[in-house]
Amino acid sequence: MSTSSLRRASRAAIVEPEPTHSAAVIALPTTAASAPGANVTPRQQATPKTRKFLRRPVLLGALTPLALLALWALSSRAGLVPQLILPAPATVYDAFIALVQSGELFANLSISVQRVALGFAAGAGLGLLLGAGMGLSPRLERFLRPTFLTVAQIPVLAWIPFLMILFGIGEALKIVIIAKAALIPVTLNTLDGFRNVPRAYLEVGRIYRFNNLQILRSIMLPGALLPVFTGLRYGLTHAWHSLVVVELLASTEGLGYQMVMARQLFQLDVMIATMIVIGVIGFTLDKILAQAETSLRRRYGAAA
Amino acid sequence: MNRFEKYLGSGVTLPLLILAAWYLGVHDGFLDPRIWASPEGVIATAREQLTDGSLYEALGASLKRDLLGVLGGTLVGLALGVGLGTVRLLDELLSPLLNGVKHIALFTWIPLMSIWLGNGELAKVTFIGFAVFLPVLLNTYQGVRSVDPRLLDVARVLKLTRTQTLRKVILPSAAPSIATGIHLALIYGWLATIGAEYLFAVAPGIGSSIMEGREQFRMDLVILGMAIIGGVGFLLNVVANRLQARVLRWQAPQ
Repeated sequence: MSTSSLRRASRAAIVEPEPTHSAAVIALPTTAASAPGANVTPRQQATPKTRKFLRRPVLLGALTPLALLALWALSSRAGLVPQLILPAPATVYDAFIALVQSGELFANLSISVQRVALGFAAGAGLGLLLGAGMGLSPRLERFLRPTFLTVAQIPVLAWIPFLMILFGIGEALKIVIIAKAALIPVTLNTLDGFRNVPRAYLEVGRIYRFNNLQILRSIMLPGALLPVFTGLRYGLTHAWHSLVVVELLASTEGLGYQMVMARQLFQLDVMIATMIVIGVIGFTLDKILAQAETSLRRRYGAAA
Repeated sequence: MNRFEKYLGSGVTLPLLILAAWYLGVHDGFLDPRIWASPEGVIATAREQLTDGSLYEALGASLKRDLLGVLGGTLVGLALGVGLGTVRLLDELLSPLLNGVKHIALFTWIPLMSIWLGNGELAKVTFIGFAVFLPVLLNTYQGVRSVDPRLLDVARVLKLTRTQTLRKVILPSAAPSIATGIHLALIYGWLATIGAEYLFAVAPGIGSSIMEGREQFRMDLVILGMAIIGGVGFLLNVVANRLQARVLRWQAPQ
């Protein structure tokens, strides 16, 4: 495992911590305090030594999970762990197959995905507008910033009971919460991106007598592309994590609810299977976006 | 325009407008008074809770939980981070697993933990510790791994022992990363505390009291709770920043 992948690793651990100090612009504080490093591409970071290192440990790395799996299977076969505390891996697998075959998994999954898609679209859309607006107009920023930071300072978790009173526990609640989770990193990173477009580019634009629209299209947007994408990536991760929380707390369908239900019925096999599904989706989302970010960086990164 | 900018365009305008809309809304009826508490109602509740001590009690319980979890998680995270960072075999064995685990959204662990550890204080503190453990571990690991190899060479030339190298070279140069990890631990720990209080059994705490407020449709309690959660988060952040600056004062500014 390279340093860079662990670095990336540290970002997505929890729903939504936003420190208000300026580094928080990079959205998640793991990166926040090490903000300078956040702009270094994994590529730049990997010294030849770590690269070589990358190829070697695949086998060893697979060893621990496999050993744990074997231990798990053997101990439940030997009856060391009661099934009520930890069902055997085979039981979990069977539960997973049953969930797939009954269609339950896909029903809940599609509801969860829909919620994230809607909430993320709303939150990211608004975040892009707000961030671009504040990035382009210092006047607007001055007007909105304190209010925005106050809203951001109160974590999603604390908004949930308030919004539950306002919206009940229906779809609206989930969409609003997911939107809020996505809104904050998208706005902050977009703002940051627009603000940090190099002055020199703007001056070049002015020399060429670009009008405002041209400056926006050919200088600001490409210049801010990478931070904006980073914001979207964090936004989506936050959205996914918030979905789980809100579904655990208040829901009658969706993956989180599937877990709550299984917990109440003491179906640990279903619970663990659902956890794994949630984990795999989170992992896949993150990998795809990280990949996309890397290739964007390769294309546009030289400029910024 | 200048004057307009100065007064209306400043950052306090919007909060004041929101406050005014809230106040008028409750008193002139476009906000449903059965749902909405008035701003002065929230202040009255805050005052009441301050005088009868229930606020301190809830906050104290939450902070105690938070502190225990953060301490435990940080210690384990530090130890394992240094271990993974210095012992390559450990790194190769464990890093991929940890990398997989961190993708499981934190709160999905709660149902499982409630079965393994019950619903009480033990489960809550463990959950908080777990939430804190990963960011501390990852940042420590990263700090230890990015120690300048030249410094390690010097240590080797000077024939420092392993412990000496760790104490004199590795830990000092990993200090900024470790500080970042601990900073994160404070933030994550607080969030995990609130989440744990929501999802495990009810016990005194700020998260529980905000949920109670929701069940009784007491918006005043909920808004007060939100303010406190946000405020504590803010203060923890300030404290962490101060500590970080203090501890790292000897470092050359980068």
